[in-house]
Amino acid sequence: MAKQNDIKYLTSTRVEKRQKKYCRFKKLGIRYVDYKDAEFLKKFVNEQGKMLPRRITGNSLKFQRKVAHAVKKARQMALLPYVTDLLK
Amino acid sequence: MATTNLQSYELMVIFTPVLAEDDFKAAQKKFSDLIKEHGGVITHQNPWGLRSLAYPIEKKTTGLYWVLEFDAPTELNAKLEIQMNRDENVMRHMVNKLDKHAVAYNVRKRNKNNEVAAS
Repeated sequence: MAKQNDIKYLTSTRVEKRQKKYCRFKKLGIRYVDYKDAEFLKKFVNEQGKMLPRRITGNSLKFQRKVAHAVKKARQMALLPYVTDLLK
Repeated sequence: MATTNLQSYELMVIFTPVLAEDDFKAAQKKFSDLIKEHGGVITHQNPWGLRSLAYPIEKKTTGLYWVLEFDAPTELNAKLEIQMNRDENVMRHMVNKLDKHAVAYNVRKRNKNNEVAAS
């Protein structure tokens, strides 16, 4: 009986290895975040039009800041809403 | 006028949707002339036309968008600002300073659009 238990522990416990997050701007070599491209900026906001945190988008600090500025500009120019429901 | 220090800018204006086609053109011309008068150089302009707004501005749900790229001396912006605020047709405006990446991005985008249009 004891032997069986040992075997149980030795077999690989199936822990899913999550893919590492990356900064898509660095990976794709995008240098400038355009505030005019509302469709692209929608990837960085949730359904209510709020900015997603870096923890979820995986952006580097530099580009998260640029995205934030771009989203705010787009909101000023009525390309993105300040508040909504069901944006996507 | 000394035009030594030119800086790249991008202007985006939302005009009221009640403007007719000719009025829209006239309004564009008014501001581009103003820029040229004060030693600015216009690189590109792109009237987007009528677009629905993400939220109502001045109780209107649509607006006429106009994007203009220009190089100008830094003193121009204050004058442009005054004219924008005075004009009743302008619902909203924004001037952005473009860095070198932004200029490169705009040029690339323009070329891409031209290719699509040509093919």
